Amino acid sequence: MESLIEWMSQPWPWYVAGPLIAFTMVLLLFVGKSFGVSDTLRTTCAIGGGGRVSDFFDFDWRKQVWNLIFVLGAVIGGFIASTWLQQPEPIPLAQDTVMKLQELGISNPGADYLPEEIFSWESLFTLRGFVMLVIGGFLIGFGARYAGGCTSGHAISGLSNLQVPSLIAVVGFFIGGLIMTYLLLPVILTL
Amino acid sequence: MKFLTYLSIGTLFGIIMTKSQAISWYRIYEMFRFDAFHMYGIIGSAVILGIISVALIKKYKFKSTEGTPITFSPKNMSIPRYLFGGTIFGLGWAMTGACPGPIYTLIGNGYSVILVVLFSAILGTMAYGILRKRLPH
Repeated sequence: MESLIEWMSQPWPWYVAGPLIAFTMVLLLFVGKSFGVSDTLRTTCAIGGGGRVSDFFDFDWRKQVWNLIFVLGAVIGGFIASTWLQQPEPIPLAQDTVMKLQELGISNPGADYLPEEIFSWESLFTLRGFVMLVIGGFLIGFGARYAGGCTSGHAISGLSNLQVPSLIAVVGFFIGGLIMTYLLLPVILTL
Repeated sequence: MKFLTYLSIGTLFGIIMTKSQAISWYRIYEMFRFDAFHMYGIIGSAVILGIISVALIKKYKFKSTEGTPITFSPKNMSIPRYLFGGTIFGLGWAMTGACPGPIYTLIGNGYSVILVVLFSAILGTMAYGILRKRLPH
């Protein structure tokens, strides 16, 4: 048992994680649901009474409660992994990435999952932190619903079902991601 | 019983996302810089196996545990909707390093400030709902 936990605590390579994500999607299909995490944001709006401001939130959210339970599981999974399956080594990032980030003022790339300079409560009250956390989150919620799905709904579920709209959405994800990474982040990170 | 089913599949997903480092801001930054294969390997292998699984489910007409056939709803065709929406999403994804799945998983990992990202994402969804009729779809 102890060696199993030790084995599971190693960072999982892509060829373990990718197939397991496909397995997650298939499990949901077999219990009659479809894999799409950003739907939970819309459901939350509906539960909060969003139907009063837009008919987009006027639907029977009870049918979506399963997805809220699923993401509660994702929270628990994160807790389990960080509590009992934690690996002590830093993330083995590409050398080019590390150097670029140090240039942009991130002191210790890969030491933790997130750069603490940006993702902390103190940073939230700086211009840089506010833009990264508040504007960033807003764009995720707005864009995911506009595109009708996020990484799970389009890149995994949609592409698995050979949906052209999902391919267009994924192309969009990369257009936005590349603009941010190459043009905007160098400015925002040095604010 | 169903509650436990959804909860345990979600728990598995949270563990996978954490242990594969797909929740890491650094891994997403590295992906958009094309510096490493890691994230492409994760998404690529998930999609290839996903395509095979969905094709098999359709071919053999598998039923769900509820006894109903497993169905897939095709998405309505549009270019502006997916391109504009996708691009906006991509901007946010590269900024926070987290798509919605990792947002929840990071909170479980103890990064409480990600609650702010979640709250903003809900606000963004709300804003889309209000502006929806004025946007090109």
